[in-house]
Amino acid sequence: MSNTDSVPNAAPPEGRPADKAPARSFLNQLELDLRLLGMVGAFIAVCVVFNLLTDGRFLTPRNIFNLSIQTVSVAIMATGMVFIIVTRHIDLSVGALLATASAVMAMMQTRWLPDTLGLPLGHAALPWLAILAGLVTGAVIGAFQGWLVGYLTIPAFIVTLGGLLIWRNVGWYITSGQTIGPLDETFQAFGGINGTLGAQWSWIFGLVAAGIAVLALVSARRNKIGHGFPVKPVWAEAVVIGIIVAAILGFVAVLNAYEIPSRVLARDFAARGAEMPEGYSAAYGIPYSVLLLIAVAVVMTVIARKTRLGRYIFATGGNPDAAELSGINTRLLTVKVFSIMGILVAISAVVASARLTNHSNDIGTLDELRVIAAAVIGGTALSGGIGTIYGAILGALIMQSLQSGMAMVGVDAPLQNIVVGTVLVAAVLIDIIYRRRVGGK
Amino acid sequence: MTMTETAKADPRASGTVDPRASGAKPLVELKDIRIAFGGVQAVDGVSLDLYPGEVVGLLGHNGAGKSTLIKILSGAYKADSGEIRINGEKATINSPRDARRYNIETIYQTLALADNLDAASNLFLGREITTRAGFVDDARQEAETRKIMARLNPNFRKLSEPVSALSGGQRQSVAIARAVYFNARILIMDEPTAALGVHETAMVADLIKELKAQGLGIFLISHDTREMMDLCDRVSVMKNGQLVGTERVEDVTEDDILSMIIMGKNPKREPA
Ligand SMILES: Nc1ncnc2c1ncn2[C@@H]1O[C@H](COP(=O)(O)OP(=O)(O)OP(=O)(O)O)[C@@H](O)[C@H]1O
Ligand SMILES: [Mg+2]
Repeated sequence: MSNTDSVPNAAPPEGRPADKAPARSFLNQLELDLRLLGMVGAFIAVCVVFNLLTDGRFLTPRNIFNLSIQTVSVAIMATGMVFIIVTRHIDLSVGALLATASAVMAMMQTRWLPDTLGLPLGHAALPWLAILAGLVTGAVIGAFQGWLVGYLTIPAFIVTLGGLLIWRNVGWYITSGQTIGPLDETFQAFGGINGTLGAQWSWIFGLVAAGIAVLALVSARRNKIGHGFPVKPVWAEAVVIGIIVAAILGFVAVLNAYEIPSRVLARDFAARGAEMPEGYSAAYGIPYSVLLLIAVAVVMTVIARKTRLGRYIFATGGNPDAAELSGINTRLLTVKVFSIMGILVAISAVVASARLTNHSNDIGTLDELRVIAAAVIGGTALSGGIGTIYGAILGALIMQSLQSGMAMVGVDAPLQNIVVGTVLVAAVLIDIIYRRRVGGK
Repeated sequence: MTMTETAKADPRASGTVDPRASGAKPLVELKDIRIAFGGVQAVDGVSLDLYPGEVVGLLGHNGAGKSTLIKILSGAYKADSGEIRINGEKATINSPRDARRYNIETIYQTLALADNLDAASNLFLGREITTRAGFVDDARQEAETRKIMARLNPNFRKLSEPVSALSGGQRQSVAIARAVYFNARILIMDEPTAALGVHETAMVADLIKELKAQGLGIFLISHDTREMMDLCDRVSVMKNGQLVGTERVEDVTEDDILSMIIMGKNPKREPA
């Protein structure tokens, strides 16, 4: 059992000639995740093809801005779905739960709080209390479903299939089936176009984010050296840092290139009772909803990689019996995972209802399928134990790009769904083949 | 928190001195343990004890109930009836967490590894080393894993790969490392060398002797009677869930043990 056979990812032991093709070893030295590269490649391919088909209308700052804000809601939920699927469960209730959370928040800010506490509409505390209520609703309902799955051992498929029917109609009863709106202005700022950082703050954010990314990479490298582990060559590290910094700043530059239409600006000035200066212009910059997604992505990635909770989630998915024998309380873990999902659904409910500027009963319809598809396209294995947060977000982005791209090209709605369905199945097939090639898993 | 690096010959380790003779209290006492799965009486009124610095071997045919018995001690199963005493005091072990609290470590026959995690994550599963900020300290875990693996299986290099990519023996090494890394006082080893090569088996045998010299009590399950005669102070034989008998290895021959396993009785005690 001595293992002198080669170890694909580790640096070759000194004195052994590199026996791989140069191109391959170039990528190897960058130590980039091949699956990540594949997904980024697929995303770029989708963008380029649609850009050609639409004569350059797909990759305009305006469309990229819209694409970003359309992706946020599903992407936030997809990160939670990763944990659910990694622990070998499924959640079919997210779209319906989104409706309930949205209904609670809409009623809070327009009826319940004004009626009971006497807060006038437009009061500064309203949106925040409403959001808090939504988050609590999501967390509690999620935890309850997790309890049914973990402690009463009802299969998650059944619990959340029930939830799919229950929560949408609970939402209906909360609002008596009415559309509730318009929502509070501050609340609407989380929807996308109605709340953005503006050019200057977007640049500051981009620079800070790039700085943090560089620091994180450098300190990870120091840490490795400190423990005597092999590290990649300095040039490879520099290339990776360069790509990341360019991607962050490039994204900011694109969003900053989308200028607020002058009639909107003029309206704003008029509302403040001022005259708009001649030739005045301003850019939208990064929408708050996208910042929210970034924050969720960072927190979820840290949970997945750096905390015990995350370690236990993946261990349980890989081998539930082993996790149990290692002293992990897998039942409580199930409650936590579903509760996290519920909180993320509530955050998505803020974004989705804010984007529409009101709550309607059909909000989030079919989102469960989009969310599951995003996680799966992003490389989350339904057999459990494998999945990444960035993958799920990329999955959501790829799906949204396909959908908007096809809409722009003028593909019929039925055909759009046929394509998305085909992509889902094909993505999983490719993933299976890839895993078989890489071996092991 | 690592096991002591050196263990020089200790008189108790020689195997000729009976730890029970020194008047020590038993570390573990299992009394009249019973458990049934559906209609199968997997363990049927078994009583065993284990002293510090002693290795007790468990032998028996496939399905005799050996794994089930030790899983009751390790908290994986709850006995239908019977009593577990640790250091003379009644112990309640309802989960693997409880067993760990009594410093009981187990190498399961199925190894119980999370295939999707690497060796270090498996070794520290449930007991992660954390940084001051409360995050899992992967670098330190990997460094510690490196250290302990160097003693168990010096050829082991696949530290950062999921254990699904390891050979059977390498996986077994990870499971052994996990059981001995944390200061166990009671060690349960269910066929720890089943997948190991000759050299690695010898290293595990040395390890068992060393741990024994440090005063650990070890339950060892194996089908290799020769190995058992070599490593154990006493052997207990099970058949169909019942205990056939417990013998000091000096008092029996390999043939005696074989007939206990096959016929369910000791020819010396019950001549035909
Ligand atoms: N979880 C379970 N559910 C039902 N029956 C079980 C379970 N675990 C063990 N058994 C039964 O209990 C009996 C004892 O099994 P056990 O695994 O303890 O045997 P063993 O002595 O370890 O055998 P081996 O040498 O093959 O490892 C067998 O008849 C087995 O089928
Ligand atoms: Mg067994």
